[in-house]
Formats: sequence, C-alpha cells, structure tokens
Amino acid sequence: MQRRTFLITSAAVSALSLAGLPALAQDGEKLKVGFIYVGPVGDGGWSYQHDQGRKAIEAEYGDRIETTFIESVPEGADAERALTQLALAGNKLIFATSFGFMDAVMATAAKFPDVKFEHATGYKRADNVSTYDARFYEGRAVMGTIAGRMTKSNKIGYIGSFPIPEVIQGINSSFIHAKKVNPDVEMKVVWAYSWFDPAKEADAAAALIAEGVDVILQHTDSTAPLAKAQEAGAIGFGQASDMAAFKPTPRVSSIIDNWAPYYIKRVGAVLDGTWESQGVWLGIGDGEVEIGEITDAVPAEVKAEAEALKDKIAKGEYHPFTGPLKKQDGSDWLAEGQTATDEELSQMNFYVEGITAEIPK
Amino acid sequence: MIDPTTLILMILSAATPILFAALGELIVERAGVLNLGVEGMMIAGALAGFAAAHASGSPALGFAVAAVAGAALSMIFGLLTQFLLTNQVATGLALTLFGLGLTALFGKPYEGVKAPSMGPGIFGLNWVVWLGLLMVPLLWWFLNRTRAGLVLRGIGENHHAAHALGHKVRTVRLLAIAFGGAMAGIGGAYISIATVLQWTEGMTAGAGWIALALVVFAGWRAFGVLAGAWLFGGVAVLQLRLQAAGVAVPVQLLAMAPYLATIVALVLISARRRGSAAPGSLGQIFHETS
Amino acid sequence: MWRLETRSEASLAWQIATPVLAVIATMLTGALLFGLMGYDPVAAIRTIFWDPLFGASAGYSRPQLLVKAGPLILIACGLAVGFRAGIWNIGAEGQYIMGGIAGAAVALAAYPAEGWWIFPAMVVAGAFGGWVWGMIPAVLRNWFGASEILVSLMLVYVAQKIAAWMAFGPMRNPEGFGMPGSRNLGQYPSAANPEMFPGTGIHWGVIAAAFAVFGVWVLMSRHIRGLQIRAAGEAPRAARFAGVAPAALVSFCLGLSGALAGMAGLFEAAGPAGQITDGFGSGYGFTAIIVAFLGRLHPVGIVLAGLLMALTYIGGDIAQLMLQMPAATVQVFQGMLLFYLLGFDLLTRYRIRRRVTA
Repeated sequence: MQRRTFLITSAAVSALSLAGLPALAQDGEKLKVGFIYVGPVGDGGWSYQHDQGRKAIEAEYGDRIETTFIESVPEGADAERALTQLALAGNKLIFATSFGFMDAVMATAAKFPDVKFEHATGYKRADNVSTYDARFYEGRAVMGTIAGRMTKSNKIGYIGSFPIPEVIQGINSSFIHAKKVNPDVEMKVVWAYSWFDPAKEADAAAALIAEGVDVILQHTDSTAPLAKAQEAGAIGFGQASDMAAFKPTPRVSSIIDNWAPYYIKRVGAVLDGTWESQGVWLGIGDGEVEIGEITDAVPAEVKAEAEALKDKIAKGEYHPFTGPLKKQDGSDWLAEGQTATDEELSQMNFYVEGITAEIPK
Repeated sequence: MIDPTTLILMILSAATPILFAALGELIVERAGVLNLGVEGMMIAGALAGFAAAHASGSPALGFAVAAVAGAALSMIFGLLTQFLLTNQVATGLALTLFGLGLTALFGKPYEGVKAPSMGPGIFGLNWVVWLGLLMVPLLWWFLNRTRAGLVLRGIGENHHAAHALGHKVRTVRLLAIAFGGAMAGIGGAYISIATVLQWTEGMTAGAGWIALALVVFAGWRAFGVLAGAWLFGGVAVLQLRLQAAGVAVPVQLLAMAPYLATIVALVLISARRRGSAAPGSLGQIFHETS
Repeated sequence: MWRLETRSEASLAWQIATPVLAVIATMLTGALLFGLMGYDPVAAIRTIFWDPLFGASAGYSRPQLLVKAGPLILIACGLAVGFRAGIWNIGAEGQYIMGGIAGAAVALAAYPAEGWWIFPAMVVAGAFGGWVWGMIPAVLRNWFGASEILVSLMLVYVAQKIAAWMAFGPMRNPEGFGMPGSRNLGQYPSAANPEMFPGTGIHWGVIAAAFAVFGVWVLMSRHIRGLQIRAAGEAPRAARFAGVAPAALVSFCLGLSGALAGMAGLFEAAGPAGQITDGFGSGYGFTAIIVAFLGRLHPVGIVLAGLLMALTYIGGDIAQLMLQMPAATVQVFQGMLLFYLLGFDLLTRYRIRRRVTA
C-alpha cells in the first residue's frame, strides 16, 4: 500500500509540474483550436465530417482563430500524448472526436486547467471538459419511414458496426418508424464489428440481400453497402457523409453528421468568454443531424411524409421513442404518450418488440 | 432457409481479393521468399487501379494498371532483399507501412468519386472472379508441369543447390516477387473497383494479412489456396449470412476459426512430411558467394 | 561488375557509420519529398528529428520517447535472442495482446480489492500469458516441425479476435454505459502502472526494458546459453553435433520472447493504454521486429533503434501539429527510413569489391 500511495502522489506532482510548463507563445490574440481524429480525414465518414466542422469554424471566424489537427490517433496512450502536445502548442480549445479518447481527455484536462476540452460521445465531464453527441436516432426515424414505405419484400436490413447503445438506438428507431408505416415489415440485423471495413460491409450487404432485404440501412462508414445495393437493385442511405456519388439510386437519402453548428457555437463561446462545461445531445432541430436530399427515386408522397416527420422532430413536437412501446421480450417499456429519457437511451441495450434478431452478448 | 446457390456466389465473390493476393504470394514463397508486404501492395493496386478505371472509364484497364502498380511497389522489396540482402520479414513489414502511407497521400484527389460499373458478368459474377479461378489450374500447371516451375521450386527448396546447378536465383526470385506484387495489386483493385466502387484510405483493411495465412493453410499448393480462400471467405460470409437469418452467432470466436484451422493444417502437413512443410529456403537470405 | 564479400566479423566502424549514413540519406530524400509536397524541407526535418528532443515542448516529449520506446525495446530484446539463433518469432504482437489480457484478468478479478500483491501478480500473469502464446509455436515446431514463423503469425490474428471478444464480452466494463472496453486500470490504484518519477516518463515497463537490455547483453556475451544461441544461428548443424538440443533452444527462445512481449503488454494495459479494448494490439509487436533488426540484434543497438522509432512517431505528431502535414506523409517518411536503414546494413556485413574478370 505504501508504495502505491507514493506512486500516486508522484503522478499528481508530475501533473502539476507539467501544467507549469510554458505553453508556446501565442500569435497575438488568435484563439488556437485543436482537433484529434481517430481516423484519417480522408475516411469519407466520421473523421471527415469532424474535419468539415473544423473548416466551418475557420470560415466563420477567419483571422480570429487558428486551427490544427492530428489525424489517425490510436485510442489509448497515443491519444493522451497527442492531446498534451496540442495543449502545449497553445491550443486553448480542443475537440477530441472519438469515444475512445475519453480517459485520455480526462487525464489531459486535469493537467491543463486553463484549456477547454470538448469530447464527442463520451460521458465523463469536468470543469474544463464538455461532452457533445448527436441524436442520430432522430435521423434514423426518418430513414425508417422511407424504408418502410419503399420495401417491396417487407424486409429491411441494418448493418451495425458494434453492439453499443448508439447503434442499438438507431436500429430500434428505424424499425419503430418503418413498422408505423408498414405493419408487415421485418428487420434483419448484421453486425460488421468494424466502423470501416469495405470488404466486410459489402459481404454484410450481400448477406442481407440474399435474405430478401431490399432496403439497407447502414451504421458503418464505407460506400460498399451502397455499391452492393446498386448491383442487386436494392436501395440504401448515405451514412455520416452524404455519399452523393450514389445518387439518385441506390442512395435515396442520407443521414449526415453535421458538427459545424455546434463547433461554431462553442468557439464563439470561448471567444466571448462565456464557455462553460456542459453535456449536450443535439439532433435534427439543432442542425447537427441532417437529412440529405431525398431523391426522385422516392415517390413524392413518401418524401412528403418523411419530411413532415423530420419537421415534427426538429420542432420538438415528436420524440422518436414515444410510447406505447414494448421491449423485445414483451415487457412494457414506455406507456402511451411517455417518451424515453436520455439516460435510458444512453444505456440502451435491448431491442423493441417485433425485432426477431438477438443483440450479441 | 439459406439458399445454397446465392451463398456460393457470395463466397466466390468474397474470396476473390484474397485468392489473387494469395496466389501471388504462393509463387513468391515457392521461390523461397517471404514477403509480408502483401497488404501494402494490395492497397497500391486498389488506388492505382481505381484511379485508372476512373480516368479511363474502363475497369479492365484499371486492373492492368493495378497489376503494374503492385509489381512496381514489390520491386522495392525485391531490390532490398535480393541485392542489398536485407531481412525479408522486416523489409516486408516496412513495405506495408510504406504502401499504406503512399496511397493515403496520393489518394486524396480520388476521394468521393465513383468507379465505372463492372457490368453483370456471367452467373452474376464478373470476369475477374472467373480469371481468379482460372489462375488456379494455370499456376498448378506452371509449378508442377513446366520446367520453369521446377526451377522456381528448386530455388525455393535449396537456393545453394539451385545456384550450383547454374540457375539464376536472383533473377527468378525478382520475377516471382514482381508476379506476387501484380497479383496482390489485382486483388486490391477488386476491392476498390468491383466491391466498393470508391477509393478510401486503408480500404483493404487487413485482407493482405489474410492472404498470407491462406498460403500456409494451402500447404503451398495452388488448389490448396483455392480451398483456403473459400474457407476464409466462406466463414466470413456464412457468419454474416447466419446473422442476417437471425441466428445468434459468436462472431469473434467464429472469426478465429480459419486461423486455428490454418495452424492445424500446417501441423498436419508438417507431421506428414516429417519436417517443415514450408519451402526449404523460405525467408533465408541468398548470398552468391562464387 | 561488383560483388559482395562477407566480412568475417561485422565491422565496428561500419556498424556505427551505417545508421548515421542511413538517417542522413533519409533526411535528404525526405527533404526532397517534403519539398515536392510544398513544405519547407528544413523545417519538416527539424520538426521530426529535432523538436521532440530540443523543441519548445521538449520537456514533455522527451519523457514520451521512453513511454513509446519502452515496450518496443522490451519486446525487441526478447526477439533478438531468438533471431540470433535462427528462431523466428514474428508473433510478438499476439504475445503482447495475450500478456495484456492475462494481466488485466488478474486485476479485474481482484477488483475492487486493494493490496500490494495485485500488481506483482499481474506482472507474473502477463509474462505467463505471453509465454503460453510463445510456447504454442515452440511446441508445434518441436513435435511436428511446423514453422514457428507461420504459427506465431497466425496466433496474432487469434489473439486480436480474443481481445475483441474480451472487450465486448467477459471484460466489458459493467459501468461503461454499454461501450466496449474493460475498466480503466489506471484508475485502480493497486493495479495501475503510472509514471514513477515526475516528468520522466518512466513506468515499470521502462524499468523492465532496462533490465531486459542488461539481461540479454549478459546472456549473449557471458552465458553458455548465449554461446549456444549464437552457434545455432551461425552454424546450425555444427551446433547440433556440439550437443545443443535444438528443441530446448526453440522452447527457450520462443518462451523468453513471448514472456517479455507479454510483460510489455501488461505494462501497457495497466499504464499508458489503461484498459483492454478491441484494438488493444496497436502494432508494437510488429514494430519491435523492425526495431530488433535496426538494432542489429544487439541490446545496445536495440535501445538506439527503439528510441529512433519513438522519435519519428512523436516527431510525426509534432509535424502534423506544427506544419499541418498529413499523417500519411509521416508514414511514407517512416517507411523510407526503414528501407534506408535496412539497405545500408549491407555495408556492415559485406565488403563491396570490384569483380575481377579473368
């Protein structure tokens, strides 16, 4: 025990000594904003969209700020080093754009109390650490509506990345809304166990198509499922980015992560001194989840229906998880008119009634 | 129920990239060279092939360019290991690193654009799949029925003896390495041109490493490579297919199966031959002393 | 025509000169590459090689060199012993992962108990996990003649799948909101492997690496086993006649390198990485192979090679940060450095002579 205590104290001391290091001189009054990405900015999906947000703040604030980023940062020890280097280089606001950076953000934030951190999709906060996330399930509700209307085989497929709450929310939301417009619809789920593996995503899409699926929703970042869908005459949706190259079909619409409005707001808050730690979860209404153009491959009335749903969600008149809803095992979840709490959603680990697949354990 | 015909078609298609890359590596390893840079050469083919197909509108030209690009990159490995006598394991690993970086750098202009369509093909399988299947008997015939194949195998088994017989060890190995690079390039291009229709950084996502496992599984035989490609591709496809059918499968455990099968296969072959199953000079540096 | 003549003993002068020459050649080619891509070549080279050591934030990045180089050196030391004997363990990545898992398993089983014994038990478990993973190829080679190169490589893939399974299944943090990954061991005092002295970057893994360097040096130069290893590598048949049982040697080399890689994995899991995730193996095991060769399979060389690799990683980060250089450019540059270092090694082992045509 003695030894451990000593070690911990010394770690704390080292944190203090680090905080005392002189940060690099800042150019005038420019606010330096740093980003770390888990993938390359060329991934065309998750990291690419965060980098679009970075470009948006540059366009918005021009000379008042300066941005830098470090891409392809592995989660773990390398993340903490990249964050520390960003802080030492004089960045006063740092966006860490992957869940796996969470502990690295907390550790670095403790060492640099005067630097503000924004962590995407995490759940740990501190005085100088905010978290932010997107209500992707709102967009999935719109996709689900289109899917339910468009399917001829009454089978829609979902390619999941990993069985984590965010993806399970998406599956449930898509299914609930497909079912609303088409009571006969069935949902098939395939887990790729990767956010990005084109060959495997293509195989996953092929497996769904072989199972009779003609509308594919994907929660993985490559265009491979759309390419497969095109071959088979099925349709799909863009994910993370618009995937416009596959318009007008197979890509009939898309769910876009638009981080720009949030990034602009938070940089603005630092600039005028009003930044405070917070945890937000933004959706369609805030412009963070965007629905890409619904193409002419979708009949006008379906398009109108989807857009009406989108508007209702945006205005806050409708919550995609509104009762009556039962869990997959038939037990009650939400009573008539009741909506799911954020806390429930952030830990969601069950399917809603009607989905026949099982969540892998 | 799972329809066997579609399942077989899916497996044939899914196995194609690793089949090409592994057939290439088969020739390289039979010549006594272990090139761990398959992933790097595949990604080079994926980018070069995509760029050419996109620019020309011809997938066929894309595959040709991919072969050239894969072979060109493999020549870095060839020059280092054959002329500068570097360690093959380390050089191969460096080649993968280099290939991934280089393609990420030059691939920027091709992000977000789409490849021309391959067309429907025969029985829903495009011509590259058929070419891959054709390569199997062709390479079997080359290795087992031609004099050149005999020389190549001789060099792989014992380069000193082959050298003493007057064979040009270095030249043959360079040719084998170039062939391996070309095949890996085609395999990589299959992913970008035929499967995904787009270019993205790191899109081969480890297929090159699977190809390396395949060659071992095959016991360094051409038809073994085909069987292995179907097994590896088959497990990957079947697992997804079962998931789609609503069967809960232990994905990670199933994903290990082909590698464990490879180890078992290797042990069986080795035990039967009472000694290493691999080509005798595999991975060893050949230094011409006289 | 030119020909290569084997040096009877690797030339000491060239041993020192070739890495320097290779680094200079890389800098020149790299400068050309950076220049072509529109970066200031001098600034780029300085950022990668100079800034981590003496730049404005060197106070932070210097210790990070040790954090990054520690596991590389620890693993490479074990590998070098086997490589000297002609026993090719290229599956250190898998042994690293299994060591991390085995060590973390002890910690997670003990959680939330505190006790002085937990960390030592984790170290033993980590070494054991790596040892087991290294002994599988050893046993298969000894019994069946299966190539240890290939078996150890296959076991890397298996270990990666096990890590993913652990992160999503048995080891998933019950308080982690359903996200994959184990508890953070860094926040569990009895299991943590933190920085020991403020601002030095030294944790138990770095200390273990130092011991490994010394131990391998003693083994190879002072111990009978080291002589056997060298004999086996240089003249396998003669060594067999001299009574060195190859089977015992295979087990020793693969077991040792596996155990060291496993320990590296444990120190990483309990320290810098902090947890087992599906991507726990981040390539240290493969990079260590390159480090072993760059270090000419000698403990001192390995230390320098490990530090050089760490330098390019950290310098690469700084280049991204300061020059907005894409990660890919850094990767290409690292690839080039390896090619040059490997290629120039020729001068150490061979003499280039003009071939006299009779």
